[in-house]
Amino acid sequence: MWTGDFLYLLTNLMQKDFRIRYRNMSLGVFWSLLNPLIMMGVLTFIFTRISVSQAIPHFSVYVLCGLVPFNFFTTALISGTTSLVENAPLIKKLPVPRVIIPIAAVLSSCQQLLIQIGLLVAFVLAFRLGVNRYWAWLPLLWLMEVIFVCGLSLITSALNVYIRDTRYVVESFNLVLFWLVPIFYSFSSIRPAYVPIYHWNPVAALVVASRNILLDAQAPQGQILRNLALSSTFMLVVGLLVFGRLKARFYDHL
Amino acid sequence: MAVIDFEHVSKTFARHRGQMLLRSRLTSMFRDRGISRFQALKDVSFRVEAGTSVAIVGPNGAGKSTLLGLIAQLAQPDEGRVVVNGRVAALLELGSGFHPDLTGAENVRLNAALMGLNRKQTAQAFDAIVEFSGIGDFIHEPLRAYSSGMIVRLAFAVAAHADADILLIDEVLVVGDQAFQAKCQQRLQEFRRQGKTLICVSHAVPLVQSLCDEAIWLEKGSVVEVGPSSKVIPAYVDQSTAPA
Repeated sequence: MWTGDFLYLLTNLMQKDFRIRYRNMSLGVFWSLLNPLIMMGVLTFIFTRISVSQAIPHFSVYVLCGLVPFNFFTTALISGTTSLVENAPLIKKLPVPRVIIPIAAVLSSCQQLLIQIGLLVAFVLAFRLGVNRYWAWLPLLWLMEVIFVCGLSLITSALNVYIRDTRYVVESFNLVLFWLVPIFYSFSSIRPAYVPIYHWNPVAALVVASRNILLDAQAPQGQILRNLALSSTFMLVVGLLVFGRLKARFYDHL
Repeated sequence: MAVIDFEHVSKTFARHRGQMLLRSRLTSMFRDRGISRFQALKDVSFRVEAGTSVAIVGPNGAGKSTLLGLIAQLAQPDEGRVVVNGRVAALLELGSGFHPDLTGAENVRLNAALMGLNRKQTAQAFDAIVEFSGIGDFIHEPLRAYSSGMIVRLAFAVAAHADADILLIDEVLVVGDQAFQAKCQQRLQEFRRQGKTLICVSHAVPLVQSLCDEAIWLEKGSVVEVGPSSKVIPAYVDQSTAPA
């Protein structure tokens, strides 16, 4: 039995990821900012200069509110999914609790999330949208997304050990998700028949809620909060159950 | 008290373990013949009492590493029962938790946490680990600059300070130089005097014979003989060097 300090190991694994990531990048943090900036620039240019069908004020901030949750979701999910296979030597040689590997991978991606949130806040302030008391909701909203991704990664990482194609399925899914999250179109422009899909999509819920707070200075809708809390708790519980079932044979399949 | 108890343990692995792809999963679903399995361990039973040191000997592919994997509870048996009482520290591969981009010191801290030490225990053991490894100032260099001998010294130093009840070592000690091997042996003897249990796999017969009082001889997944190392190891050596 491994009887060590779970949290201490978790912080050590996260530190390891940070160190390795930034030791191999001369420009460090800059790269974490470049991707959302480029996407924001391109989408803003297209939808405010080339194809002007909907007039959304502060469009660049609007897009960034969509990109930051989406970017975190995709990068965290991919690194979570591949974490067990990439750490095969650890799984095969050291009796550490397996569940810590995908969790550490997802939490390591939070550092990039923090940098991108910093960028978002900088844009909000630069556009003179101001701070309001509903900002207090933001940490809770992000936390629920992190929990959701942890739960989902527990499932996909375990499946990826048994079927290595899982990773490519996840990548394709992320591609589809880009269009299923209201990143560059407005939630109110969606036909009522499709609204339920968005209601239960936690990434979409987070995007809508952060726009309410940052752009409209409104409290997030109670229904969105409830759905987010339910879906993230549900995903974490299911993730832990599935992972618990599948972990027994990791050794045989790695 | 038995710290390790194996009762009729068998372990099989699917063949073609590399093909973990959707295509091979689907084709095996539609074909009658199941995946052929390979028997790594067959009906293995033995007990290890606290404070003994056990050598596991046998030719390549005899199931020695699988046996250690089961003791470390990295894998689960297909049949039979494995009971392990106590904290296990495993040194199964040269620096398995090490990363080449981290410095020696960073790797020591990470590995100590992987072995189950908390922040305080790591801080307490850190100097002793560095001292024991004999790495010196190199401890602040990235691991990619280390020789394999230096890596094994560091890995052994961490495992030796992991404060475990059972230490598993798989064929890694032979990498160090003579002086370091002597130091390791001394440490392992000390470890035994504290009433801890040592399980080691090695092809370096003189080393394991001097270190271990009992031995398990495996051949093609089955136990050939279990007993005092002074009896089992010479029998194994005689058999394996005899002309077929």
